Amino acid sequence: MLCTSMTQQVEQMSSVLRNEDLKEMLESNKESLKLEAMKRIVGLIAKGKSASELFPAVVKNVASKNIELKKLVYVYLVRYAEKQQDLALLSISTFQRALKDPNQFIRASALRVLSSIRVPIIVPIMMLAIKEAAADLSPYVRKTSAHAIQKLYSLDPDQKEQLIEVIEKLLKDKSTLVAGSVVMAFEEVCPDRIDLIHKNYRKLCNLLVDVEEWGQVVIISMLTRYARTQFTSPWTENKAFYDSDSEEKKDQTEAKPYIMDPDHRLLLRNTKPLLQSRNTAVVMAVAQLYWHLAPKHEVSIVTKSLVRLLRSHREVQYIVLQNIATMSIQRKGMFEPFIKSFYVRSTDATHIKTLKLEILTNLANEANISTILREFQTYVKSQDKAFAAATIQAIGRCATNISEVTDTCLNGLVLLLSNRDETVVAESIVVIKKLLQTQPTQHGDIIKHMAKLFDNVTVPMARASILWLMGEYCEKVPKIAPDVLRKMAKTFTAEEDIVKLQTVNLAAKLYLTNSKQTKLLTQYILNLGKYDQNYDIRDRTRFIRQLIVPNEKSGALSKYARRILLAPKPAPGLESAFKDRDRYQLGTLSHSLNLKATGYQELPDWPAVAPDQSVRNVEIVEPCPCVCTESGSESEEESSEDSEKTSSDSGKSSSGSEKSSSESESDQKKKKKTKKAPQKKSKPAGDRYTEIPHCLFPQNDSKKPTFRTSGISLFYMSFQVTTSSFGPLKTYELLHHMTGKGLSAKYHFPRQPCLYQPSMVAVQVILTNSSDHALEEIHIGDQSPASLNIHCFNTIERLEPGASVTVSMGIDFSDSTQAANFQLCTKEDQFSVSIQPAVGELLMASTMTEQDFCKEQGKLQGMNEASATITMATANASRQAINKQVLSVANVGEVPSSQNNFSRFAGQTVSSRALVLVSLELSESSGALLTINTEKSVMASMLLQDLKQALAQA
Amino acid sequence: MIHSLFLINASGDIFLEKHWKSVVSRSVCDYFFEAQERATEPENVPPVIPTPHHYLISVLRHHIYFVAVIQSEVPPLFVIEFLHRVVDTFQDYFGVCTEAAIKDNVVVVYELLEEMLDNGFPLATESNILKELIKPPTILRTMVNTITGSTNVGEQLPTGQLSVVPWRRTGVKYTNNEAYFDVVEEIDAIIDKSGSTITAEIQGVIDACVKLTGMPDLTLSFMNPRLLDDVSFHPCVRFKRWEAERILSFIPPDGNFRLLSYHVSSQNLVAIPVYVKHNITFREGSSQGRFDLTLGPKQTMGKAVESVLVSSQLPRGVLNANLNPSQGTYTFDPVTKLLTWDVGKINPQKLPSLKGTMSLQAGASKPDENPTINIQFKIQQMAISGLKVNRLDMYGEKYKPFKGIKYMTKAGKFQICPYNTPFTGFSLTVLTNQIHVFR
Repeated sequence: MLCTSMTQQVEQMSSVLRNEDLKEMLESNKESLKLEAMKRIVGLIAKGKSASELFPAVVKNVASKNIELKKLVYVYLVRYAEKQQDLALLSISTFQRALKDPNQFIRASALRVLSSIRVPIIVPIMMLAIKEAAADLSPYVRKTSAHAIQKLYSLDPDQKEQLIEVIEKLLKDKSTLVAGSVVMAFEEVCPDRIDLIHKNYRKLCNLLVDVEEWGQVVIISMLTRYARTQFTSPWTENKAFYDSDSEEKKDQTEAKPYIMDPDHRLLLRNTKPLLQSRNTAVVMAVAQLYWHLAPKHEVSIVTKSLVRLLRSHREVQYIVLQNIATMSIQRKGMFEPFIKSFYVRSTDATHIKTLKLEILTNLANEANISTILREFQTYVKSQDKAFAAATIQAIGRCATNISEVTDTCLNGLVLLLSNRDETVVAESIVVIKKLLQTQPTQHGDIIKHMAKLFDNVTVPMARASILWLMGEYCEKVPKIAPDVLRKMAKTFTAEEDIVKLQTVNLAAKLYLTNSKQTKLLTQYILNLGKYDQNYDIRDRTRFIRQLIVPNEKSGALSKYARRILLAPKPAPGLESAFKDRDRYQLGTLSHSLNLKATGYQELPDWPAVAPDQSVRNVEIVEPCPCVCTESGSESEEESSEDSEKTSSDSGKSSSGSEKSSSESESDQKKKKKTKKAPQKKSKPAGDRYTEIPHCLFPQNDSKKPTFRTSGISLFYMSFQVTTSSFGPLKTYELLHHMTGKGLSAKYHFPRQPCLYQPSMVAVQVILTNSSDHALEEIHIGDQSPASLNIHCFNTIERLEPGASVTVSMGIDFSDSTQAANFQLCTKEDQFSVSIQPAVGELLMASTMTEQDFCKEQGKLQGMNEASATITMATANASRQAINKQVLSVANVGEVPSSQNNFSRFAGQTVSSRALVLVSLELSESSGALLTINTEKSVMASMLLQDLKQALAQA
Repeated sequence: MIHSLFLINASGDIFLEKHWKSVVSRSVCDYFFEAQERATEPENVPPVIPTPHHYLISVLRHHIYFVAVIQSEVPPLFVIEFLHRVVDTFQDYFGVCTEAAIKDNVVVVYELLEEMLDNGFPLATESNILKELIKPPTILRTMVNTITGSTNVGEQLPTGQLSVVPWRRTGVKYTNNEAYFDVVEEIDAIIDKSGSTITAEIQGVIDACVKLTGMPDLTLSFMNPRLLDDVSFHPCVRFKRWEAERILSFIPPDGNFRLLSYHVSSQNLVAIPVYVKHNITFREGSSQGRFDLTLGPKQTMGKAVESVLVSSQLPRGVLNANLNPSQGTYTFDPVTKLLTWDVGKINPQKLPSLKGTMSLQAGASKPDENPTINIQFKIQQMAISGLKVNRLDMYGEKYKPFKGIKYMTKAGKFQICPYNTPFTGFSLTVLTNQIHVFR
């Protein structure tokens, strides 16, 4: 200790000296010396020591080539710029230059530092930089700009209007990288501008699964607030609505049963999977969203996940338990099945124990009270006395809440009076006092027992409680009460104030009921009280004396003394400490502290009438086939901006408008809401990783959440298999809801390699429950022909009314168009359905070069060739139109062609992997020669028919 | 969001501070110290403390308090989760998270904290990304750096940060491609004296160590996925695939990570792998107590029960224990009254037992409570829930990886309670014998 204080002194003395040599090191020519100096300076900053006088020497190195040195200078700059504003300005030009750097990393970090320098004079420069960065091609830079918005706002709130414009722009961004940060900026700068969210609402909901976890938390809490302002309450059926100006309207609304807004449902559906997140904050955010937004019967799905969080760190437990405590008051049923999870373990920290106790008490009911009491019984014996005392309080609460066990609890508490530990005894007395008040009639014995204990109890609160009980029920213990008063008279002066007050009360009450025995004692005590040091006691004594002792001065009041002092008193309620916590939004800091925190935003109440729903509609731009075959598949909400693109040869040929992007950025913002079918492409592994986001299970229902996307290349066989399709997928009906007694099913072919077996065709089935009751155990029953190889989906345990679910199956059609028949079963019914594939769906696309194509075609002549001359519709004259038509019929891949009048497509059958080659030779007029080469001659002729038909129609 | 961070050691010194917005004076920690004084145990400091202008949210790990300063409303779990993530990252980088390690690597710590938060909002928290930005210090690299002046800081923006697989670093190359999965299950149970289960739960995790070249896409399927009642995933796992098909489909991060944690529902019957026969008696008026304890295997599917450790907190009146173990060694700490018996492996032919006498304080009344017995054990090559991995497939890369899977069962909070009778009312038999004190 001595040693450290000495070194501290030495350090202080030498600090000036040492800073000198740091300065010298910084001014040297050697990078390594500079770096060493900066490292030491950072060490000083970390310890909280001032190094501000080195500012001029440090700031010179801001333009250093050494990245680590530069970064450390940034750290320094951000820390001290506020203090040395003039000098800090010297560094600004470096950042301005870096903002134009071709490397996105450097641009982003320049913006980060520039915006972190809290110097008001550079506000215009920051504003300009933010605006530019918000339009940057790199999503990473845009993300940084979203962070910078908040920094600028806190530096100069006057910029609000301009910043809102930038936020509005960034909210439109489709990158998952930006979403979380911009919503954070929105929450900080303009949380009331809910109108900015409308157009982006659906996009945010759909992006949510793919946003990084911290962004998810922010977005979920913002959307909770949004939903509360935009949708009507799902909690009451037929909500009464009174509209003063139109009687008619009122009737209409009243007659209409509650129907959940599809957007409201979208939010609930898309947040649900996040309950499985490893991030506890995300799980809590979803839980509070369900609590505040979901229909009552759906809230309980969050229970399991919340209980799971109880296995996490102590601090996490603390917050989660607080929230459960609030929830369990309103909804016992939610947590009752998990009651054992709230059993206290001896290793828990005290505040955790108390919270668990609170929850156990809230959950107690007639059915489980005996087990809970048994638990409490062990807790009372705990070494942790504060906890034991809290347990006794809890027993008292259970006793008042559940009348069946009041007597048992009371007896138990009386037994506790003989405990060795005084805190336990004292707490028991206090609780017994409260309990007796609720039913005093039959408890004379207990009061006597407590009187006996009186000499041994020293805790003032407990003594006071006993005295109060004696006074209140003095008629039940007529012999003991005066004796207790006698004892008190002896020790009066040595007691605590609270005990003295109760002694005076007891004396007064005894005087009124039994003045013969206690008159003298009472007067003695009143005299003692008259000269007490505490003015409360002096006041009380004076008041009591006037009230009870009749003399000529006392007025009418003393006549009523008995009625005043011995009036029947209402029993105190024993209530949960979490009773009023629900005024705060769950999961918030304010809820945790039970105190309104700075910046807390009240959760708005549901509107009586939902505002216009159409504000959330976004116009969908028609997909154009040339957009991007390169960047792989995208579902509606994934923009290709996410993907860092390097061009690969396989993609180049397929479309004319290829964007070659040098540095990972391709700006495709103009293409709003392009909805494209998925596409997987195997790629040669380049030196740089190329990200191809794609959706594993594309859905034509745009409201469905996307899968976590990822870049995968799949290799199947030696041929490169491409899965591609353009335009909207064709959906076929499998089961109509009329025939299916409410269950309807549709299917489509996602045109991707089947995951279960390569010889299977992937089929996606969308099951919808249009009935008014939940359907259970949806599964696949008997199949025919028996040899049919089907990979069934897992049984769907339960499908709520109005809900729909997409499942995937695999069917091995063995390259024939024979229908696959099977039974779709629910718990009650069975429906025979069949899937008949179009011949084009039995194929999968392959990529090959023109040479390979011609070579393979040469091998498949004669018997294996089918051809026809067809008449093309005029609309199909262009190559793109042809592609579109062919691809809509068959799952084939386009082969790059050097000849303008030739279109070639290649594919192979799914089961037997036989090649299918399609070539189309355009002649001068609208005629064309269509040739199909494959060893499957039946398929060839069928395909020929289909193609002919497709190309003939516009 | 997060304004500042202070690191406070067990003796109450602030040894590191970091500010992401304007500087907050370290005097704000006085409120924390006040709360610390009020708490009897270090664990009892409330995680959220309000002060007039700020809010302090803290976590305690490795005897260090990580205190975050907050200025306005924020979900407290957000901060807590982040702080734990910081600790995990330090542990990942330095092997241990101690005051010494943090002080030694203060520059790396500072660089990490700088990358992890921007303006108080988390920026990069994935270990794979951070490691590309800032290379973890190794002895060799530290030496090379001091000589050549090269740096620990990466020169490129990690491509992972831009991609939709932010958890995986790019350009991974291994000569041996391996993927190992450890299925570890813990049984939390309370068993009563007669051997019947009061509560039993199984919690499991699948920890993975994946060292695969390139961008592999893995699918892992179970023989019996229905066993899993409640699961939480690493962000790499595709939720929808799990929901629809009960298959774990993911592009793994590089290196070690926890793929899945799960809970096997308490509705399922839990096989209890060991049983305990015990008889601990004290007689009124005698200064001796008898101790007799036997362990045996039960429902272990033929696997050996290893690393068995029995511990029990004996009543305060016990002065010493004179016991005779049939195998292993036992210790009794006369101060804490903690009895531990390191049994080792259970041999089903010759069951381990511990017998003998305990001497009691002369004149002390008979201890009113029998001790609870805690048991730890390990069973290799078995997941007690019966969970089995069916297969692991890899897509997206051509090579054949080595795939390994390991099962293990451990005791979590495994406790034998001394009472037998279920509760029938608040009769508190234990307490009645003390009433005479007051009569």
